[in-house]
Amino acid sequence: MKQSIFEILENVPLTKDVFKMVLAGDTSHITASGQFVNILLDGFYLRRPISVCDWDDKTLTIVYKVVGHGTEAMSKMGKGTKLDILTGLGNGYDLTLAGDKPVLLGGGVGVPPMYGCAKKLVELGIKPTVILGFNVKDEIFYEEEFKALGCETVVTTVDGSYGIKGFVTNALPEGYTHFYTCGPEPMLKAVYKATNTSGQMSFEERMGCGFGACMGCSCKTLTGYKRICKDGPVMMKEEIKWES
Amino acid sequence: MGKLSVNLCGIEMDNPIIPASGTFGYGYEYAELYDINELGTFSFKGTTKDPRFGNPTPRIAECYSGMINAVGLQNPGVEKVISEELPKLKECFHKPVMANVSGFSVEDYAYTCEKLDKEEQVGWLEVNVSCPNVHGGGMSFGTCPEAAAEVTAAVKKVTTKPVIIKLSPNVTDIVSIAKACEDAGADGISLINTMLGMRINLKTRKPVIANKMGGFSGPAIFPVAVRMVYQVSNAVKIPVVGMGGVSSAEDVIEMMLAGATAVEVGAANLVNPYVCRDIVRDLPEVMAKYRINSLNEIIGGAK
Repeated sequence: MKQSIFEILENVPLTKDVFKMVLAGDTSHITASGQFVNILLDGFYLRRPISVCDWDDKTLTIVYKVVGHGTEAMSKMGKGTKLDILTGLGNGYDLTLAGDKPVLLGGGVGVPPMYGCAKKLVELGIKPTVILGFNVKDEIFYEEEFKALGCETVVTTVDGSYGIKGFVTNALPEGYTHFYTCGPEPMLKAVYKATNTSGQMSFEERMGCGFGACMGCSCKTLTGYKRICKDGPVMMKEEIKWES
Repeated sequence: MGKLSVNLCGIEMDNPIIPASGTFGYGYEYAELYDINELGTFSFKGTTKDPRFGNPTPRIAECYSGMINAVGLQNPGVEKVISEELPKLKECFHKPVMANVSGFSVEDYAYTCEKLDKEEQVGWLEVNVSCPNVHGGGMSFGTCPEAAAEVTAAVKKVTTKPVIIKLSPNVTDIVSIAKACEDAGADGISLINTMLGMRINLKTRKPVIANKMGGFSGPAIFPVAVRMVYQVSNAVKIPVVGMGGVSSAEDVIEMMLAGATAVEVGAANLVNPYVCRDIVRDLPEVMAKYRINSLNEIIGGAK
């Protein structure tokens, strides 16, 4: 984990309420896709945990949805704004388990961490199949970005206004070797049921600190109590214990 | 004695800064970030007789200048704390640590304290009779002078280490509770634990926290904490550890002027993991600004 100051290079809407923010700063502590950063905002007490979409040596890209006052404030920030950010939080996806034909399933604002995952897999010479799920056509983002990585990319919409009608699980390919997923909990449960290989699922919870100190985001797993921020947010399918 | 040093219940501390229980785990998450030996000490995660998962999530809600938590004393239980956490802590922290203890009966408190009494690393026992997040225990002992005194006396019987009773602000007369603890043999008082609070989500019309209510902490409660530290320290002869919304070296000085011998920092650690180290480093300059030669001299200086 590292605390440092980042500067906004770009902050643009991708849809009505999803924004892409590119920041310049020290990314040296980001070690895996699926990790997150925790952003301090003027006028808000707790930091905002946001998943890493993409990063390189000098820049960090996050894609976030406006869901409350904090993310609304973020959406109004201009180029040049400086932000105090904790980076390198969470475990991230383990790409060594991918096999040669992994599938990536992202739902809504769970799509951004799948981009980093796809990009890193491609760098390792593995082309994942990508399934992106949205409610309606107007909510779709990043389809072209995944295609630009050379990944076979399928989009599903609940209302059928674009791509395959239904959920990401309706588009699962044959013969995949491992899965990586991030999305709302009902989707994760559906993916858990529909998949027949081992896989990795990223979870979300309201957090206090984001670095393992406060026990605010604990959950029960088959391998014991875990902190979503520090021992997660990525859990192995095999260790998940659904509460309901 | 150094300019920053204080003596808390017979134990010399290099400085009065103590990360508060529940915001610092068992120390090693922070030891990855900086040398935690720079701190006066720290109060480790509230420990109970048996292991506890705590409350369902969400356990956290944000507030203006603060937060609410309802973690519910998640901890591995005293046996595992002694066999697993303390050996890990020994690797990174070489000062006496403050052991924070909670319970659901007088016997629980005595059991846990007796176990921790035998641990060389433990300097002080901070006995939490004020947790707002567990039912049938915690705060119920801290809201009645007789019950607080009973816990104090039971713990004093099983330990020779200094016993600091951590009090709740969710009471009508904190002074009478502090005095009852003093009369029962407490070596110190720490205050304030969190204030009972609640937030409601306007979209779902449900409480944000699964447990509905939780403990409100952060800068918003600082004035309440200063007031209660002032009231209690003027009413008892034993040392008082002040806490509640402390976030800066200035806050530490204000808390000490109100009567605190040492100062705990809680919620601020969760926002800025380096805050306690920064406060220790900032203190000399802030002391110079207010013409303070030694922190020890200003304790209870506000008249």
